[in-house]
Amino acid sequence: MTIALQKSADAAATPVTASATIVPLSQPRASNVQTKLIPAAKEWAATLIPPIITVGALLLLWQILCMKPGATLPSPSRIWTDAKDLIVDPFFVAGPQDIGLGWRILTSLQRVAVGFGLASIVGVLLGALVGQSVWAMRGLDPIFQVLRTVPPLAWLPIALAAFRDSRPSAIFVIFITSIWPIIINTAVGIRNIPQDYRNVASVVQLNQLEFFWKIMIPSAAPYIFTGLRIGVGLSWLAIVAAEMLTGGVGIGFFIWDAWNSSRLSDIIIALIYIGIVGFVLDRMVAFIANIATRGTQAA
Amino acid sequence: MAYLKIDHVDKVFSRGNRETEVLKDIVLTVEKGEYVSIIGHSGCGKSTLLNIVAGLTPATQGGVLLEGREVNAPGPDRAVVFQNHSLLPWLSSYDNVKLGVDKVFGRTKSRAERHDWVMHNLDLVQMGHARDKRPSEISGGMKQRIGIARALAMEPKVLLLDEPFGALDALTRAHLQDSVMALHQKLGNTVLMITHDVDEAVLLSDRIVMMTNGPSARIGEVLDVPLPRPRKRLELAANATYLKCRQRVLEFLYERHRYVEAA
Ligand SMILES: Nc1ncnc2c1ncn2[C@@H]1O[C@H](COP(=O)(O)OP(=O)(O)O)[C@@H](O)[C@H]1O
Ligand SMILES: [Mg+2]
Repeated sequence: MTIALQKSADAAATPVTASATIVPLSQPRASNVQTKLIPAAKEWAATLIPPIITVGALLLLWQILCMKPGATLPSPSRIWTDAKDLIVDPFFVAGPQDIGLGWRILTSLQRVAVGFGLASIVGVLLGALVGQSVWAMRGLDPIFQVLRTVPPLAWLPIALAAFRDSRPSAIFVIFITSIWPIIINTAVGIRNIPQDYRNVASVVQLNQLEFFWKIMIPSAAPYIFTGLRIGVGLSWLAIVAAEMLTGGVGIGFFIWDAWNSSRLSDIIIALIYIGIVGFVLDRMVAFIANIATRGTQAA
Repeated sequence: MAYLKIDHVDKVFSRGNRETEVLKDIVLTVEKGEYVSIIGHSGCGKSTLLNIVAGLTPATQGGVLLEGREVNAPGPDRAVVFQNHSLLPWLSSYDNVKLGVDKVFGRTKSRAERHDWVMHNLDLVQMGHARDKRPSEISGGMKQRIGIARALAMEPKVLLLDEPFGALDALTRAHLQDSVMALHQKLGNTVLMITHDVDEAVLLSDRIVMMTNGPSARIGEVLDVPLPRPRKRLELAANATYLKCRQRVLEFLYERHRYVEAA
């Protein structure tokens, strides 16, 4: 008994020899498949199967409801036959206005990128100003609070009058729609910078610019990204609506055009595209936020 | 001429039309290389006084002189170690220290020299191994060590410590006290430290400044601690001078200036 104890103590004290005797055994490898692969597969199944079932059930219900002769909306099978080209190939080009939905989405995304990009830069700067200066907040906050409630499309006539062109007008609508949550969240983030960090900055004597980059932005990053995430969602909402009115090759105009020529199936496909892209945009910002703010929360 | 002089400082906080006088007529001089502790009950205005010296809070009356010159704005010549470490959570230990080094020595030291200086200061507090760790990945004692390294790396004329060990457990605290004592011995810094721990004050200080309770707190008594350095906490436990000093501070805090709310 004592000898056995002695032995195990020795083994514990010299792990190198202990592991050397274990390596040749093949058992750990076999269990590796069991302990890693199978639970992973189970997890995948657990996340994938429920949505597949619900989507299947909804499609079935939809099919049953819209199969009747007097149905006003097309059934899934009808959509498949009507709009097969749009579904299977997002990137075909058959003429100036006859292109795949992928191209249209890309055009819309391009506008969103410009409008939302500008809104991000201006929004963070204005938010920093409002969050940092009591007077700027008193002066600007009431204006922001009123303007942010204006619906996106209400800006369009003014933009069209000012720019006399539909392209910059659509971009302006995106900009003005998405900037408010960015400003407001950034300002809250800046106001919530702990006094400790400000003290550190003063002792080290950071100048305004260094304070902005080294303290403000990282400290407010979680708030800023919340604003950006709301903003990107609003942009995507606004671009579809704006394009319906301004024309061009974007996805919004495609829907309007399809409505005017009674292509209901095309509209439904476009809606699905828009939903998926909006979802991906949201997840992208969330993903970037996750990476950028990793470890920035105070312990 | 005194190295650091707190010259008749009053501090009144006014919120709306209510005014509270926190500090009243504080006069204190600290010599170069001296280790001075300020002790007093919670809320009496110790942090306020330290912040005034640091330049983070303006004094209502009076001022602070460092080497004969008035200082009324924060600067790296009076580096602060804050009670709750105040490390920037998005920076590694190395970058936290480097932030100050780059500002203070940006002109006078090359990039390589600054790197060496950051590492040197991390090594001084035995934290060289944690250089790439973020504050959330290290223990409270380690964070406080990094905070001390950050302050030391600025080569301050006066090192200001605001209850630097207050949030730590007893063992870690003793460890850090020994480190700070060794650093003081080695570097000869001028230190102004706030504490509410009597043993800590006696162990570390050359002089102990005892503050009366607020509002309108003032300096009640200043006690010299004539213990030779280097000091060893175990040997001091039975040292007559040590016990006498300890007794004096205890009497001040718990008899003559008892904390009324706590009673
Ligand atoms: N910015 C402030 N405004 C108003 N009162 C303050 C402010 N900072 C501190 N005080 C008050 O001053 C007193 C002393 O605070 P402090 O210096 O933090 O005490 P200590 O560090 O000794 O515990 C407290 O009563 C506190 O409420
Ligand atoms: Mg305090």
